[in-house]
Amino acid sequence: MSLENERRVISVIVMNESSVLARVTSLFAARGYNISSLTVAPIPNSDMSHITIETQGSPRVMEQITKQLHKLIPVYKVIEHEEMVEKEMVLIKFPIVENLSDISALCSAYNGGIVNVGTEMVIAMVADEPCRIRHFIEAAVRYNPIEVVRGGVVAIER
Amino acid sequence: MECVIMQMSGAQMVCEAIIAEGTKTVFGYPGGAIMHVYDEIYKQNGFEHILTRHEQAAVHAADGYARATGEVGVAMVTSGPGFTNAVTGLATAYMDSIPMVVISGQVPLSLIGTDGFQEIDAVGISRPCTKHNFLVRTLEELPRILKEAFYLARTGRPGPILVDIPKDITVDIGEFVYPAEVNIPTYKPTYRGNRRQIEKAAEAIKKSKKPLLYVGGGAVLSDAYMLVRELAEKTQIPVVETLMARGVMGAGNPLLLGMLGMHGNYASNMAMSETDLVISLGARFDDRVTGKLSEFAKYADIIHVDIDPANIAKLVDVDYPIVGDIKQVLEDLIPSLEDVNTDRYQAWREILRRYDELHPQSFVDSDKEIKPQWVIERIGELVGEQAIITSDVGQHQMWAAQHYPFDRPRQWINSGGLGTMGFGFPAAIGAKVACPEKTVINITGDGSILMNMQELVTAAEYKTPVINVILNNQFLGMVRQWQSFFYEKRFSETDLTFQPNFKKLAEACGGIGYDVTTKEEFDAALKDAIEKDQVCFMNVAISRFENVLPMVPAGGALFNMMLPQKSEDDKGEK
Ligand SMILES: Cc1ncc(C[n+]2csc(CCOP(=O)(O)OP(=O)(O)O)c2C)c(N)n1
Ligand SMILES: [Mg+2]
Repeated sequence: MSLENERRVISVIVMNESSVLARVTSLFAARGYNISSLTVAPIPNSDMSHITIETQGSPRVMEQITKQLHKLIPVYKVIEHEEMVEKEMVLIKFPIVENLSDISALCSAYNGGIVNVGTEMVIAMVADEPCRIRHFIEAAVRYNPIEVVRGGVVAIER
Repeated sequence: MECVIMQMSGAQMVCEAIIAEGTKTVFGYPGGAIMHVYDEIYKQNGFEHILTRHEQAAVHAADGYARATGEVGVAMVTSGPGFTNAVTGLATAYMDSIPMVVISGQVPLSLIGTDGFQEIDAVGISRPCTKHNFLVRTLEELPRILKEAFYLARTGRPGPILVDIPKDITVDIGEFVYPAEVNIPTYKPTYRGNRRQIEKAAEAIKKSKKPLLYVGGGAVLSDAYMLVRELAEKTQIPVVETLMARGVMGAGNPLLLGMLGMHGNYASNMAMSETDLVISLGARFDDRVTGKLSEFAKYADIIHVDIDPANIAKLVDVDYPIVGDIKQVLEDLIPSLEDVNTDRYQAWREILRRYDELHPQSFVDSDKEIKPQWVIERIGELVGEQAIITSDVGQHQMWAAQHYPFDRPRQWINSGGLGTMGFGFPAAIGAKVACPEKTVINITGDGSILMNMQELVTAAEYKTPVINVILNNQFLGMVRQWQSFFYEKRFSETDLTFQPNFKKLAEACGGIGYDVTTKEEFDAALKDAIEKDQVCFMNVAISRFENVLPMVPAGGALFNMMLPQKSEDDKGEK
């Protein structure tokens, strides 16, 4: 990937208050920045939330994104991840007629497994690095998945 | 700290907070959702309320009040259309970082989200044009939010704050304790610049041969003009001002080259093109200033002082970033320049002096018609430093910025960032309310003035004798100028020859009108207007096809300026 459009993962620590997520996302929209994925959840035992944004842009754009985020009043901290562990989760639904042991083997190769079996279909869950998640989804195509739901990236600095 | 806990309604809390913040005047317009607050305004006498005739004007008036004083301006509007009318005012203040609190009514909490009568998502709409905004959700949080609103408006990089209050919260009764202090853990502006960076910047200044002080509106906002002047005088470094910084150096200061940018003077733009060190103080490298970025200050290192880190390196690479308040940074920087050798820059000053001699800021005057530049210079001669000058947007604004002898900051009030036509008159009302001892003159155009002309009524009622000098070219002149230069004179929808009778218009609203067609009439009218102390429209017929020059075509390099003709006859417009 060229330097001009480098993929970056940013963590934004915000006060838990109404419309804080709207402030963050509308900043991206208004300034023409890209959001590839976004996750948000409260931080345990605090009045803050952790927003993880996967984005891309040139170094100058990345610097502006970080600074503009920081300017939002309820934003406590912006972490532009350098050395991080990042994970993404995916839920995927297969028809029961497919070969379940192959599916199970595939999922365990990607840190997951079958989590639910119904009369018509099975649901598998996999959590792994975002690029491996992409590979997994590619590999799963041959088992005719009915639905794929990705969870977005979460990251933590090493 | 002793604190007396009082029971009161949300509406009363709003009034109490305004009084506690020391605001003397609120500009606004009532309506359903804000009526409870207006009922309390009726009962109190801690501040005055001025009823403008349009919500946009209320916000601009609060803005003018803030720009003239540096204090937080306060405006109040109702929900729905009251709020949407206020949006242009918020955006205008936001673009120029003006401290302001706008309080809007909202439908009751129970109706929010139901498309109730006069419901509009005010925080949603204003998010991109406020520094911060609040939708109040409980009465308990109202005092804290009001306190934070004023605090956020005036601290750090200032800006407008919206507080949207549902009607039921203004009715409810609860305990009122106005917080003495604000503690927002996520908001800690940096005021003191980094010591090491400042030292490095001082070294760079001492090593440079062609340094240039590039002063922006931040120097006005931070009330740093005495220190900017001190820095320039101590180092003998030449200065250029942006549109927003006019008055910081003071006209007649030999180190001031003038205004730079699209309509900057020759010496200023050449200085920026040839400098080897830009010292940017509260300027933000706006495209109307830089022209083509790749050619802007091409040979220079850049020192950038700004309170907003996001301004630094947003558009150009910066060699010496300093985040901090201009005033505090200069307090630290100036002592480090004790041993500066001002002779170093002598050759540079000489080059710039010759540039200015070659193409001074000038115009060709006429005996047959009134030239707009003459009007501006004449106002300068007649009222000079004791006036506050506001303006609208267009050619008249640029002529005012180029030709008025501004002596101090806050003397020049205009909408630089958003370029809002209709700003000048209500802003002048706000400035006059704030500084009643000053002569307040709005230099406006025949297009712009109509965008808030209803404020004649406000000014007449409240006896705020603003002098509106309408430089009447019977054109949307600035757009016409672009059509002349870049659209082969196809004057699409810019001809304003169909005009109102400005004199009668002013009279109909309780003001005075003057029709001016000669220089003598102008002098007489201005003297009369100053004596009469009544709002007026001074309709000055000026040469129709006058252009604002120099001009750097949008996107062009600063050194490629279209320059004024040297004589009357080579104009070829008529
Ligand atoms: C609200 C708004 N609408 C449109 C414009 C675009 N605009 C900029 S200058 C101008 C012409 C202004 O005409 P006038 O007030 O007569 O001033 P002049 O240029 O003739 O001095 C226009 C239409 C603007 N700046 N603001
Ligand atoms: Mg005009």
